Amino acid sequence: MTSAFRPDTELLRVTGLHAFYGESHVLHGMDFTVNKGEVVSLLGRNGSGRTTTLRAVLGLVEKRSGSVMVNGRETIAMPTYRIARLGIGYCPEERGIFSSLNVEENLLLPPLVGSGGMGVEEIYEMFPNLAERKRSQGTRLSGGEQQMLALARILRTGARLLLLDEITEGLAPVIVQALARAIENLKARGMTLVLGEQNFRFVEPLADRHYVIEHGRVAEMVKKDELQAKQGLLHQYLGV
Amino acid sequence: MFEWLGITPQGLYGQLLVGLINGSFYATLSLGLAVIFGLLNIVNFTHGAQYMMGAFVAWMGLRYFGVNYWWSLILAPLAVGVVGIVLELTLLRRLYRMDHLYGLLLTFGLALIIEGGFRQAFGISGEQYDIPEALTGATNLGFIFLPNYRAWVVAASLVVCFFAWFVIERTKLGAYLRAGTENPQLLQAFGVNVPVLVTLTYGFGAALAGFAGVLAAPIFQVNPVMGSNLLIVVFAVVVIGGLGSILGSILTGVGLGLIEGLTKVFYPEGSSVVIFVIMAVILLIRPAGLFGKEK
Repeated sequence: MTSAFRPDTELLRVTGLHAFYGESHVLHGMDFTVNKGEVVSLLGRNGSGRTTTLRAVLGLVEKRSGSVMVNGRETIAMPTYRIARLGIGYCPEERGIFSSLNVEENLLLPPLVGSGGMGVEEIYEMFPNLAERKRSQGTRLSGGEQQMLALARILRTGARLLLLDEITEGLAPVIVQALARAIENLKARGMTLVLGEQNFRFVEPLADRHYVIEHGRVAEMVKKDELQAKQGLLHQYLGV
Repeated sequence: MFEWLGITPQGLYGQLLVGLINGSFYATLSLGLAVIFGLLNIVNFTHGAQYMMGAFVAWMGLRYFGVNYWWSLILAPLAVGVVGIVLELTLLRRLYRMDHLYGLLLTFGLALIIEGGFRQAFGISGEQYDIPEALTGATNLGFIFLPNYRAWVVAASLVVCFFAWFVIERTKLGAYLRAGTENPQLLQAFGVNVPVLVTLTYGFGAALAGFAGVLAAPIFQVNPVMGSNLLIVVFAVVVIGGLGSILGSILTGVGLGLIEGLTKVFYPEGSSVVIFVIMAVILLIRPAGLFGKEK
């Protein structure tokens, strides 16, 4: 954690991040890094601070302090829309599908924040259900389809760093499998992903590294090849 | 057709026309209020003052600078819009995280200050603004003589309302506006500069009120209190239509203008309260309004 910032490999470096909602102090000095092309999970029980961490990276909390470096730029004092334009795509826990927009409008809503985003046709190939229901009101889709739409719309924008919050929550196993394939596909394209998850089984095969979060700070970092050895520890933290 | 009630067809058509004109103003003003409320979460009590400013800018333009009606139709809304943008940047911006009540107090206070200023400068007797020459006279439609200017007011308001509806419901900019109304934080997280969107929206809403003011100048007297008289009714219209829908506020505005006109024919004593009676009934059976969604 103390090594100097390495701009050639690091895409995100969070150091000593504190976040607040009103009077409540939610993050107590988060430290983690995400390298380019890596899939990293933020694991933790409910209320551990996973969602707040992802929101705080984008400045979506009332107050934050510490340091959040995105691709070598300090963002702690930036407004949210400028942080996003550094090439971040965000998929919120509640999915955030707009009910006053139809499926295609939802898909086309986020402005481009980088080059090399996926084309609309390519996205419809990846998620054929969305193509069939382009003209439906966004919130008329099933939960799984809404999740796909929430993911699909940030693939168009050219974002290289995707922050995905609890994308499997409440979804049927077949849809969770489809999402896992989509994530592998994105990783193969060189995207960098941060998955906030409670579902360890989902991220276990996908992530290169896992950060275990407890009480608003990182309690443990586990690499993929250490999973076997540290299983007891994970069990203790997550109850899996 | 209603002769047995002592009502002549001319009287009926005449009042329907008046209703249509009032309805056009209700529609234009409630549309602006709905757009502002949607994105800013502020009930804009300054709307009537902005409408009055539109009329006064047109009048002053003609009186002091020889700016004709047609130029005023463009310049006055721009001027009112710019004043709106300054108000948003300097004052309204501070209130978004606070209770609705503060927005109400601020915009109401601003309306009083603006009206007071104009009253101080121009008195309350009102100024005359002549109908532009191209729109004087009337056209005989067979069943009624339609004053050309009034026909123009209805047509221009409906075109502007339709244009606003089209921009909001069918363009990318409108998609930002709708998304920002629902979830401004998420829209920011996608990289959209929401504060600028908010400022421009307020400017647009104010400009729409200014436009209605210019249209009104030749019909009503240009008077510092012309806005506050109208605004009370417009708020009732907004409550009836609900704040959820752009098309809803247009339809409700025109519809209530017509109902008011009809009431003047069939039960003149009730014409000034009919909108408020409808408001009370609607609040009882559909608290979110005819087209509104429960928040």
